[in-house]
Amino acid sequence: MSVDKALGSTGNWLDERFHGAKGFRTLFKKIFPDHWTFLLGEIALYSFIILLLTGTFLALFFKPSMTDVVYHGSYLKLDGVHMSEAYASTLNISFDGRGGLLMRQIHHWAADLFVAAIMAHMIRIFFTGAYRKPREVNWLIGIVLFTLALLEGLFGYSLPDDLLSGAGLRITQGVLQSIPVVGTYLSFFLFGGEYPGTDIIPRMYILHVLLIPGIFLALIGAHLFIMFHQKHTQMPGKGRTNENVVGAPTYPYFMAKTGAFFFFTFAAVALASTFAQINPIWLYGPYNPLAISAGSQPDFYMGFLEGSLRMMPAWQWVVFGHTFAFNVFIPALVPLGIVLTGAALWPFLEQWITGDRREHHLNDRPRNAPTRTALGIAMISFYGVLWLEGANDVLADHFDVPLYTITEISRVAIFAVPIVAYFITKRVCLGLQHKDAHLLEHGVETGIIRQLPSGEFIEETRPLDEEMHAKIARPEPLPLPPGETDTGAEVPAPGMRGGLGRVRTRLNKIVTESVQVNGHGANGHGPNGHGAHADEDHAAIGASAEEPPDHH
Amino acid sequence: MSDVTPRHGHGDNEPENQALGSQRSGADDGSAEPEGAPHRVIGTPSPAQSRMLLGETSTGSTADSPVVRERELPADPADLVDAKRAERIVAACFILAMLAGFGFIAAYVIFGVHSVTKVWHSNLALGLTMGLTFLLLGAGATIWVRRLMPDVELSEQRHPMRSPEADRDAFVETFEEGADASQFVKRPILRRTLIAATVPVALAPVVLLRDLGPLPGTKLDHTVWRPGMRLLNYGANTPIRPGDFSSPGGMITVVPDGFQDDFNALAKAACIIIKFAPGQVLYTPQSHPVDGFTVQNWTVDNIVCYSKICTHVGCPAALYEQTTHHILCPCHQSTFDAARGAQVIFGPATRALPQLPMTVDAEGFLVARGDFTEPVGPSFWERGNSS
Repeated sequence: MSVDKALGSTGNWLDERFHGAKGFRTLFKKIFPDHWTFLLGEIALYSFIILLLTGTFLALFFKPSMTDVVYHGSYLKLDGVHMSEAYASTLNISFDGRGGLLMRQIHHWAADLFVAAIMAHMIRIFFTGAYRKPREVNWLIGIVLFTLALLEGLFGYSLPDDLLSGAGLRITQGVLQSIPVVGTYLSFFLFGGEYPGTDIIPRMYILHVLLIPGIFLALIGAHLFIMFHQKHTQMPGKGRTNENVVGAPTYPYFMAKTGAFFFFTFAAVALASTFAQINPIWLYGPYNPLAISAGSQPDFYMGFLEGSLRMMPAWQWVVFGHTFAFNVFIPALVPLGIVLTGAALWPFLEQWITGDRREHHLNDRPRNAPTRTALGIAMISFYGVLWLEGANDVLADHFDVPLYTITEISRVAIFAVPIVAYFITKRVCLGLQHKDAHLLEHGVETGIIRQLPSGEFIEETRPLDEEMHAKIARPEPLPLPPGETDTGAEVPAPGMRGGLGRVRTRLNKIVTESVQVNGHGANGHGPNGHGAHADEDHAAIGASAEEPPDHH
Repeated sequence: MSDVTPRHGHGDNEPENQALGSQRSGADDGSAEPEGAPHRVIGTPSPAQSRMLLGETSTGSTADSPVVRERELPADPADLVDAKRAERIVAACFILAMLAGFGFIAAYVIFGVHSVTKVWHSNLALGLTMGLTFLLLGAGATIWVRRLMPDVELSEQRHPMRSPEADRDAFVETFEEGADASQFVKRPILRRTLIAATVPVALAPVVLLRDLGPLPGTKLDHTVWRPGMRLLNYGANTPIRPGDFSSPGGMITVVPDGFQDDFNALAKAACIIIKFAPGQVLYTPQSHPVDGFTVQNWTVDNIVCYSKICTHVGCPAALYEQTTHHILCPCHQSTFDAARGAQVIFGPATRALPQLPMTVDAEGFLVARGDFTEPVGPSFWERGNSS
């Protein structure tokens, strides 16, 4: 029986039941644009799938119980030691089940990769402006997913009930307890009484394996569906406009490529788990509230919270018999709040400032949105300072710098570095815009000097080829500042009046600052139909259209 | 340019007919393409060949109008010689992936566990074979896509997300009709009672969570230390005589006798004792704690006892530097001066480590005079001024 016939009868069977021919054809023909940064989100997705697979395996053996047991397993150094059943079963997974250690390590590496990929993906989305209308909701879903990923990771690495993660849990509890008004109650309810109690592991377990993954599945489903429905954004390039999407069809191209990428992701975490040990809980020992080791470091994604706690000066108020532990709840909540709330509000703030309510499907090059890029870099450097301070003991040790000095530097750096980073980034972006404008106006310098009959020397330039031009030309004219109309009316628009309006005008000037390109250069392929200089450009087309494309 | 074929014209054809479309002419990216056409095909399309993938036609469907379409994807890559080479590479990748996959199963069978060395070997073998399997599968699939599948770049139109006005209007009509028919707007009593009825439904689950834990009460204000309770050297769990300290020196973790295995008790009651040389400690003449001073009549023979639970977020303040008398909490580096009432000298902690009042019992062992006079551990809302 031929393959065709087998497929045919299956297809027929399915179509007669699900009416799928048309829908699946549309699905198959869907175009996915290509760019290496589009793979970042895929890494996150595939790490999630790897986490589901390995997590299910681990759950078959793990015992989420804090019942005290005496260990008599294969790891002889802990023979006869009292420990929780959770810790003992993690030792058993590692030493007494074939493939158990590998699955544990893959699970842990995949979790780190998951969060790292989400971060990189978010950074890509932010810097290219891919969050803009109509994709604001997907951006918000992404932020929720990121937050949940941090929580899921924290719960996950606390489950083995080892000494290292126990310290993390203790810190979590101390932070929870510090929250004004409700903190003590939250802590007692979460832990089933006083710390540590015997409830926290089973409770975190069910949140870790059911509730949060369930929310993940729902939100990732929504995230992908929306992405699919709205069609993927694309990077600027030849033939790419805001009204089309250029790339290869899902079937067979994208399917094969993304399938391959899943395998690559899996291969990467599998090989990492083969050669790079991660979370060797048997070396840490079982949890004990009296013990701790120096140089305790959480997983990388928790480092910024750790740094934030370390950096904070010792501030506390007691008002009317109540304690405001600013030294704890401010560093625990404020930096995370600034990053996440700022990220969540930014698309709407940007829309309000620029008055740009159009749909955007063509991504920005980061340099073409200098203020956004500068804000992004400022945010990343803010995070970076917190993260480095989270490893201040390691830094002090490796670089032989006094520990307290690092903390004192970080207390200044947390404010200074983002501000400096903002201004430097903005200047760099504008500088790069100048370079682009020069290329667009004068073409590429060839290094050939020619003497004119008049005796004058000029340097020859070569116009940009089409692909390059499409890449670096700003695809759309900057939106008009709100209220400014073509007629040059003096009366400000309603949104620009009053105090708030003035703030908006000021912000608009800052956000839309960019280098103007004179629309008549050596090259003039109008990038698209709605460019403001499209008309002038056409005059120059003749000069360059015959030029052979050049490589860059 | 293309052989447009009605779909139903080939119902009985053999699959081999697919090969009709395999030859591409002038396959190059530079070929002319209509701008703005909904589908731009790079490379000259081969004659279309529709197939009966969905099997035999259903009964009497001849009334359908024939679907006319031309091939959008070329059937073969431009460079068939290179494709042949690539085909061999891909097949080799897949064969090796298969071998590595079987290797994984073999490794599972061959390598045992139950000892650190064996687990190490097993992990290496399993991880390596697994990683190779996926790596080779990924490499094979990637080479397949890049070198065997013909290069295409298609373009698809986007449509504004906003629905056409007619659709929007129609939706509003439908919605309003439904709202009218439901009587939801017209009959406020129904609306309000429904809303009222859902309030407890939303509240009940929250109430149900109440028994997750007991109320805090004053539990955080006290520890298990009682007058006369012996301090045990943690680990050995033996009582301590002041004379056991031959010389001033390190820090010892102590726990209340009878609670040495009770984590809930220890998470608050754990202490450290440090023996000082005479004159090293700044004592207060008073019998209660004063900032920067250690209470002398709570100490025995220059042995001082402080809570081990950091006042920042509760980690054990476990590092002690003898020369400076600094107690350091490794979590966030709050530093306490053991010779000055364990007051904070650096870091995020706001309060000194509470001092445990000590004395000796009839047998000469160190015992508590009573509980701490203030709550130990991290700050909390109800703590207030209780220091």
